[in-house]
Amino acid sequence: MKSIKYIVASVALLAGMSTAAHAASTLESVKAAGKVKCGVNTGLTGFAAPNDQGVWAGLDIDLCKAVAAAVLGDANAVEYKPLNAEQRFTALQSGEVDLLSRNTTWTLSRDSQLGLDFRAVNYYDGQGFMVRKDLGISSAKELKGATVCVQEGTTTEKNLGDFDKQYNLGMQPVKFKESTDARAAYDEGRCDAYTTDASGLAAERTGLKAPADHIILPEIISKEPLGPAVRHGDSQWADIVSWAHFAMLIGEEKGITSANVDDMKAKNAEGTDGADAEVQRLLGITDKLGEGIGLGPDWAYNILKQVGNYGEAFERNVGKSSPLGLDRGLNALWTQGGLQYAPPAR
Amino acid sequence: MAEISAGPSGHSAAIVWWRDERKRALLWQVLVVAGVIAAIWFIASNTIENLRTLGVPLGLDFLDFPAGFAISFSLIPTDLDSSIGRLIVAGILNTLLATAICVVLSTFIGFLVGVLRLSGNYLISRLATVYVEAVRNVPLLVQLLFWYVAIVKFFPNVRQSISLNDMVFLSNRGIYAPRPVPQDDFSIVLVALAVGIAIAFGIRRWAKRRQEATGKQFPIGLSALGAILLLPILVSVLLGNPVEWELPALQGFNFQGGIVLQPELATLVIGLSIYTAAFIAEIVRGGILAISHGQTEAAYALGLRPSRTLRLVIVPQALRIIVPPLTSQYLNIAKNTTLAGAIAYPDIFSIIGTSLNQTGRAVENIAIMMGFFLLLSLIISWFMNWYNRRIALVER
Ligand SMILES: N[C@@H](CCC(=O)N[C@@H](CS)C(=O)NCC(=O)O)C(=O)O
Repeated sequence: MKSIKYIVASVALLAGMSTAAHAASTLESVKAAGKVKCGVNTGLTGFAAPNDQGVWAGLDIDLCKAVAAAVLGDANAVEYKPLNAEQRFTALQSGEVDLLSRNTTWTLSRDSQLGLDFRAVNYYDGQGFMVRKDLGISSAKELKGATVCVQEGTTTEKNLGDFDKQYNLGMQPVKFKESTDARAAYDEGRCDAYTTDASGLAAERTGLKAPADHIILPEIISKEPLGPAVRHGDSQWADIVSWAHFAMLIGEEKGITSANVDDMKAKNAEGTDGADAEVQRLLGITDKLGEGIGLGPDWAYNILKQVGNYGEAFERNVGKSSPLGLDRGLNALWTQGGLQYAPPAR
Repeated sequence: MAEISAGPSGHSAAIVWWRDERKRALLWQVLVVAGVIAAIWFIASNTIENLRTLGVPLGLDFLDFPAGFAISFSLIPTDLDSSIGRLIVAGILNTLLATAICVVLSTFIGFLVGVLRLSGNYLISRLATVYVEAVRNVPLLVQLLFWYVAIVKFFPNVRQSISLNDMVFLSNRGIYAPRPVPQDDFSIVLVALAVGIAIAFGIRRWAKRRQEATGKQFPIGLSALGAILLLPILVSVLLGNPVEWELPALQGFNFQGGIVLQPELATLVIGLSIYTAAFIAEIVRGGILAISHGQTEAAYALGLRPSRTLRLVIVPQALRIIVPPLTSQYLNIAKNTTLAGAIAYPDIFSIIGTSLNQTGRAVENIAIMMGFFLLLSLIISWFMNWYNRRIALVER
């Protein structure tokens, strides 16, 4: 009932929202409010979840913070709105959040039919399956007739249908509104398998009663480029959000970390021998590139100082030093054979 | 002139129209209606304008799109190629099914508990009170999740399912039972059933007339049941039982064949009925308490047994008080079924949710769902009002 009220309210907001207010730029309204309203996951370890002190943490959270640091100079000026899979798009459309940073897959239909824009990918992922070890199977293609727990309102549902059709598996999906309920049902044995993004599986496995009793099958059945989404029609805000991510990538590429950003700034001061021109431009030492997207010269400095570069964010949230222990894989920088590639800051 | 013309017909012409109460009332009504229409028009055009600026298409064409997702339970055949519209219809039927079962079950439990709460037996009335208080004060969603986990935990894994004679299997995937597959001559059995029902009605009419004429009673219930059951069974046996049974069997991960009651539907029905029954019990208790005790005493004085007193004297009078609030409980049941998504029962809200996400047509999808619930609520109210009029006190 909570969620039905929520969705109806969002639709009502969409109906009631005056067209004039909508025309005001997101940047202006964020500055006026003094905070970024960021739509995030209700709780997905490593991506967006309150930590043991009750503070939101995760890779998606770091992107919210990066935007707040770039726009307001304060990475903590964020208001988090937890949204389940089904609520997220209406919340963004109706202006309840300024930005959706919630392990959301960039697809053609979402990009074109929902009134949203995707411009960057902060985690390249794909859909996988988790099963109990004692089921004794080693491939998703063996799941003939299996019951599969799924979360409603995700790309997962349709991928499962496609995979089922391709291999004629006749699987039975059992669909829950909330991922916590889906996971619990899988854990209690209601389903033979649980399916979602591979990163999500790794995160959800940490919450099972006996994580070691479960394995993630090798098949990746889809491409799930997860990234931030903004409302369609405000290109300036779309620029800001995507460049917040790119700044973190360039930071990693250039070896700028939250710890050494001040040194780097000093080392690359104007006129210094051997200074790196892109670092100078990124940190606002020479050009004022930030102005082009309506931000101050320090926008990228603030991101790197307060949040850190992409590699730092990856390691602390989902990497080997975190409970998820994910490989960089596709998310390594392009210089390391991965897909993370930022357009140049110039 | 007309001003002084007497008689009722000329009377209203005598005053200026805005001094005329009836005309003023009419004006207000016209204004209110115009205001409502203007508000709806404003909201609609504003929504369309907003969606247009966002570049979101509007229309019902998406109902024909292939859905590409499966649902776990449906009363009509669906598969991965079904259209979204068809799955929404399946969702509507699922909601209606759950609502209907819950209405019957909660009414039954509610009447029972309501009467037991008034029982002279201390233990029984206390237990009924505890039930009502405990159930009413815990949020429904929490109760549903509790029942779901309880059911899934209580029953064993599929591979260790409890088998009753190798025909019925109980596991956390549901209760599987043999499915009757009607053969050629089965229609004759159905005809026999219809005849049996007709006979039952006949017996009832005859017995009522006889009782009115002679005062003699006749066991209507028992004989009617006999007619309804015995005739088709007899015919079926004579025809050599034209039904085959398809037995469920474990194949791979799950049982195949047979019919199944899945834990999701079971949870929704049990949880929602137990919850609503607590409210109905209070309504019933209130209705009974409102009937003066003199009625009971009078009935006893006439020599009626307590059970008959309740059935023939108290309940018919109490019903008049019970039915109106009962209507709102039934409406609540219909609306509360939307919690089904939490426990994975594919009701209309859950399917609309998926459709909304895949097509992005939030406004249209929500409108379809609201239209459905409006219609369902109107039908329930209309039916209950009709019933209420039927049982209303006929003043003589
Ligand atoms: N990437 C997919 C799936 C994202 C998704 O919702 N994943 C689930 C399962 S890991 C989740 O995060 N659920 C948590 C929630 O609803 O808050 C999509 O965009 O549809």
